[in-house]
Amino acid sequence: MLQALEGSQALAKAVALCRPQVVAAYPITPQTHIVENIAKLVADGEFRCELVSVESEFSAASVALGAAAAGSRAYTASASQGILLMSEVLFNIAGLRVPMVLTCANRAVSGPLSIWNDQQDSMAVRDSGWIQLYCGDNQEAVDTTIQAYRIAERTEVPVMVCVDGFVLTHTLEPIDMPEQSLVDQYLPPYAFSRALNPAQPISIGTLVSPDFFTEARHSHHAAMIKALAEIESADTDWQEVSGRGWGGLFEVQGPEDADTALLTLGSTAGTLADGLAQIPGGDRVKVIRLRCFRPFPVEALQRACAGLKRIGVIERALSPGQGGIVATELRDALEELDNPPKVHGFAAGLGGRDIPLTIAAEALRRMDSGEATRFAIIDVELDKLPPEDR
Amino acid sequence: MIEIRIHGRGGQGNVVAAYLLAQAAFHQGMYCQAFPNFGAERRGAPVVAFVRLDDKPIRRRSQVREPAFLIVQDQALLNVPGVTSGLNPSGAILVNSTQDESWLNEHLGKTTVALPANAMAKEHLGRPVPNTALLSAFLSLTGLFPIDALKEALADRFKGELLERNARLVDVAAERVNAGIWNEAVHATST
Repeated sequence: MLQALEGSQALAKAVALCRPQVVAAYPITPQTHIVENIAKLVADGEFRCELVSVESEFSAASVALGAAAAGSRAYTASASQGILLMSEVLFNIAGLRVPMVLTCANRAVSGPLSIWNDQQDSMAVRDSGWIQLYCGDNQEAVDTTIQAYRIAERTEVPVMVCVDGFVLTHTLEPIDMPEQSLVDQYLPPYAFSRALNPAQPISIGTLVSPDFFTEARHSHHAAMIKALAEIESADTDWQEVSGRGWGGLFEVQGPEDADTALLTLGSTAGTLADGLAQIPGGDRVKVIRLRCFRPFPVEALQRACAGLKRIGVIERALSPGQGGIVATELRDALEELDNPPKVHGFAAGLGGRDIPLTIAAEALRRMDSGEATRFAIIDVELDKLPPEDR
Repeated sequence: MIEIRIHGRGGQGNVVAAYLLAQAAFHQGMYCQAFPNFGAERRGAPVVAFVRLDDKPIRRRSQVREPAFLIVQDQALLNVPGVTSGLNPSGAILVNSTQDESWLNEHLGKTTVALPANAMAKEHLGRPVPNTALLSAFLSLTGLFPIDALKEALADRFKGELLERNARLVDVAAERVNAGIWNEAVHATST
């Protein structure tokens, strides 16, 4: 049923629809409303689960890990410093191949302290071995949360659903909340193949000698690559039952024979599309919204980008001293093409800086002008900096 | 598309005002988007919230820089730099104020309507929370959609006596302003 809901409220309802048996979370801006709304659903008797209040994000992830290892469907959510504080556990969850779902309400990372949106937090744990899916709007965040459980349980790899903090979590908009029966049909009860069971005792997470560690990493990497097909089919099958699909690994809009594309992740895509609609020639530009960042869909991106002359990547994070994270990975992925497009990297919308409608024009202007745009941060007000930092 | 920017102070129900307006539009079958731009989260600090209403899905998520209308919940904010910036030349300001309307019009150089929303809220709700009265007056001035939709949105959030008091305040506030005088402004500022 279509309702006007705040993103966080819709996400809490979506989590409840997935029937996790254990939820453990510690509040942090801008994730707080998700956990508050889950607690309210539990208190109102609308959602039955073991809701564990913990004293830190490290514990939140640890409780969820323990519950999932014991065979429960488990959930947690965090952001920013919370993601970093649980990062040690995040690597464990993925390395032990324990399926669960986490919502990252994307927020900048300290210091300096910022409570506002960018995507540095999830990017900081990109190598933790979690699947990472980035959502364009709150409807997609709801649908992706449901898909994430299916993907996690079929691949035995945990899934992080990345939702831009404030920009999505605190935005009220019309959202179609799926019926419980539909979600139940799509997401049947789950039995974890390696659930801890006193009748058949096993140990997980024990010391692994150099004889086996390489193999553990190999199998994890292989599972991530195999997950690409599961991520696509989860979206296709969801589209079949709900009528809504989100492009699988990424969503492409614009003319097929375009020679220019802009690629972004998360909630910026709509602003790019509207911005392009306002400028001459904007209808000749493709917009690629990368939904699945981990695993990185190398072959699918090669197919989608073949024939392009240039791509501007606009991302809400950077690797200081290196440049654009996604831009660099894309450049690497496309290198095998015959005439690989030039990849321009841009960071924008850092620490809550608004990404305006004009960003598409600004990125294209820089790509046209021949300015060195291997990497640039857009919208830097240099007069705020001492001369030596400009 | 109609874009509205709401200025207020932490604790005045600024975000709730944005959500209520969007929710009311949703009940009218419109597409809507409402979101806050938080500063430091504390009472009294200036806060801004944005509302977009349209008859088709809304894609952009940038902040509203050139609003058609401003709703200002505290008259002192009119002196804060940036509050009126970007306002569409054909747009208008609704302010919670006891100041003289013609003086405000002249002082701001913009079409401005003043509503003593604090006093009205005190009388009907017992607390000086200006948002319900301002929203009702805004709908009456613009004729965007009937105030019943606002009552419906209030019913999503409140119940019992509090809902009844708010509903009465909606009626009183709508009567207080000249219905429909911003009709043209709506047409002129729609994109």
